[in-house]
Amino acid sequence: MSKKTLSRRSALILGSTAAALPLVHIRTAGAAGKLSIGFWDHWVPAGNDAMKKQIAAFSEKHKVDVQADFITSVGSKNLLTIAAEAQAKTGHDVQSFPSWEVHNNADNLEPVDDLMKALMGKYGEVSSSATYLGRVKGRWMAVPSSSGSQNKPPCARISMMKDMAGLDVKAMYPSAGGGPGKQDDWTWDAFLKAAEACQKGGKPFGIGLGQTTDSEDFAGALFAAYGAELVNAKGDITVKTEPVRQVMEYAQKLVKVLPPDAVSYDDASNNRALISGQSALICNPPSAWAVALRDNKTIAEDCWTISMPKGPKGRMVPSLFYLWGIWKFSPNKSAAKELIMFLSERENVEERCAKVLGYDIPPFDSMLDFKIWEDVGPPKGTVYNYPIRKEHGAIPWVAMSPAPPEIAVQAYNQGIHSTMFAKLKSGQTIDQTMAWAQNELEGFVR
Amino acid sequence: MADGTSTTIDLPRRVRAAGPKNSGFSRFLQRRSTIAVLLCSPLIVLVGALVIYPAFYAIYLSMLNKKMTQFIGFGNFTFLFKRDTFKLVIFQSTLFAVSAVLLKALLGFVLAHLMHNIPGRAQRIWRGLLLVPWVIPLALSCLGWWWLFDPSYSAFNWILGQFGIDPVPWLGRGWSARICMIVVNVWFGTPFFLIMYLAALKSVPEQLYEAASIDGASAMQKLRYVTLPMMRNIISITVLFSLIVTFADFDIVRLLTAGGPENMTHVFATYAFVSGIQSGDIPLGSAISLFMVPILGVAAFFVLRGVTQRTKEIGA
Repeated sequence: MSKKTLSRRSALILGSTAAALPLVHIRTAGAAGKLSIGFWDHWVPAGNDAMKKQIAAFSEKHKVDVQADFITSVGSKNLLTIAAEAQAKTGHDVQSFPSWEVHNNADNLEPVDDLMKALMGKYGEVSSSATYLGRVKGRWMAVPSSSGSQNKPPCARISMMKDMAGLDVKAMYPSAGGGPGKQDDWTWDAFLKAAEACQKGGKPFGIGLGQTTDSEDFAGALFAAYGAELVNAKGDITVKTEPVRQVMEYAQKLVKVLPPDAVSYDDASNNRALISGQSALICNPPSAWAVALRDNKTIAEDCWTISMPKGPKGRMVPSLFYLWGIWKFSPNKSAAKELIMFLSERENVEERCAKVLGYDIPPFDSMLDFKIWEDVGPPKGTVYNYPIRKEHGAIPWVAMSPAPPEIAVQAYNQGIHSTMFAKLKSGQTIDQTMAWAQNELEGFVR
Repeated sequence: MADGTSTTIDLPRRVRAAGPKNSGFSRFLQRRSTIAVLLCSPLIVLVGALVIYPAFYAIYLSMLNKKMTQFIGFGNFTFLFKRDTFKLVIFQSTLFAVSAVLLKALLGFVLAHLMHNIPGRAQRIWRGLLLVPWVIPLALSCLGWWWLFDPSYSAFNWILGQFGIDPVPWLGRGWSARICMIVVNVWFGTPFFLIMYLAALKSVPEQLYEAASIDGASAMQKLRYVTLPMMRNIISITVLFSLIVTFADFDIVRLLTAGGPENMTHVFATYAFVSGIQSGDIPLGSAISLFMVPILGVAAFFVLRGVTQRTKEIGA
């Protein structure tokens, strides 16, 4: 029996061949690199599933190994993650930045003008509120996303508004094919009258005055409808002006007819007020209606979303956007851009929007015609007027805009608008309230 | 051991005698102090990484401008002193911490005495039951309290309603919200005082009470001249520890009111979170969170010095 030994040369050849094997192995999903993305954990669970499906399709098509994490906004966990990644200069390649976070982190973000140019070429104009939140010094620093983006128009009880306030909300804002709506009389004065009537009827409007986004968004839209700015676009404090006083005078009447516990409302209190049948109107995305559909169908069948009331300067609809931004420290920026482009394609946006029953508002005006808003119900067409339609003559509005975002973010998160209303409700005078706001804002302008 | 009963073992010399292979390094490794340091080193590393480094980093951050591009020294602190809201936060934090700690100490003291006088098995059962609030994760118990105080569907209001009393917006008015915060903190923190005081009570020698009884001391005199002096160190340390923890409280305020209404329930931690994380001004948030460090540091110094002095007096 011949004894065959392995020579040193043979061992070297064998070793180098073995080492080369992984370099030529069959292309797998990760062949074009790895990518990690932090998505917002959607309120509607089906939203995450739809996103996962699209990520899997992208991964397969582009041979990129994508890791998607869904980070909740409960307890501001998403904000904490963003802050930590910005400090550590490591983490996900792409993050979902809620409203103000793009401006807060602009120095750490990769400009995406190229992506926005391509998307705008394809889909047209972008929502003005998304533009305000996503553009920093003339450059797009993140791409507005539909996932989690929302408007907060009134969701009214059809029967209560008719019986107590004498308003036919379905006639004011009809569904698809319902002809022109009778919305001209839907002004802030009409809103006040309806609020008074419903309060007398024991079903006050569920409008909060806490330091939360729902409260602040509502108050911000009311200020804007009167042309009242607390800080102007140049960053000057403009509290002591006539429009602000006008809003205060209006609010002094409104707060009297809001629920006694309005100042301690959180972002779920208004939903509960509607779902439990305690309130005739709230301002919220359709999530409140969707929960009512699950928990209290009779109430869901009596809900109808309408647009915001009109003020001297227009009809402003509270609007918030999530934006997808790429960290500068991302090692795979090209794949990140490809993924954002893929997820921003109309068919993908529509698919996700349908899965969440129309909750997501697309950033491009051309996408505001998805069928889901016509079809979803009961009652059919209940959220048809949730996206801003041309006939509404409304403007999407971010509370505190057009103030410079670095000031606006502080005023927004500390609920300056809504706290002003809360102070009026607690019995403080208009002058005291305006003096307080002036003092607070001086602290933000530094 | 320095109690005079131990025998010193000259380990290095014995090891040296065992053979010529023992180098200086191995002798160094076999020293008790070296072994002690080595055994503690994982903890030292952990404390360094999770406590000391973040603390110094927070100090560094608090001295930067909002964009974190420029060193501004104490600029953030001087800015805070000019803010009315921050003055409100100082007031609220102090009110919250001091009143909650005093109430916890008082309740804990009373409960510990009651508990001490319950015999045998029954005491164990009561002890277990009274520890429940402390054992439940604070976030969960806060949610429970929040349901009780809920703006619209409060359980307390339901009870009031049964007696024809109008509902109270517990968390919707500044002072009632402040009192609610304190109540929840006292509910959560009293068992800690209870267990510490109970342990202290059990360590007081029974002979002292017997001697006091022979001398004709009343119950109040026993409390004043026997119990309190024997518990002073435990009381000081417990109050100090609780004061630090209560000043740093976050969960209760964040979950129940998020600082509202009208900023009237903000404490340092919640205001730091709103300013630092939510409003994107991390240096200002760091400055807010560090604000109490010097004051609590000085308080800790004096309390611990008092404890050391009393220990020496007892030992002398």
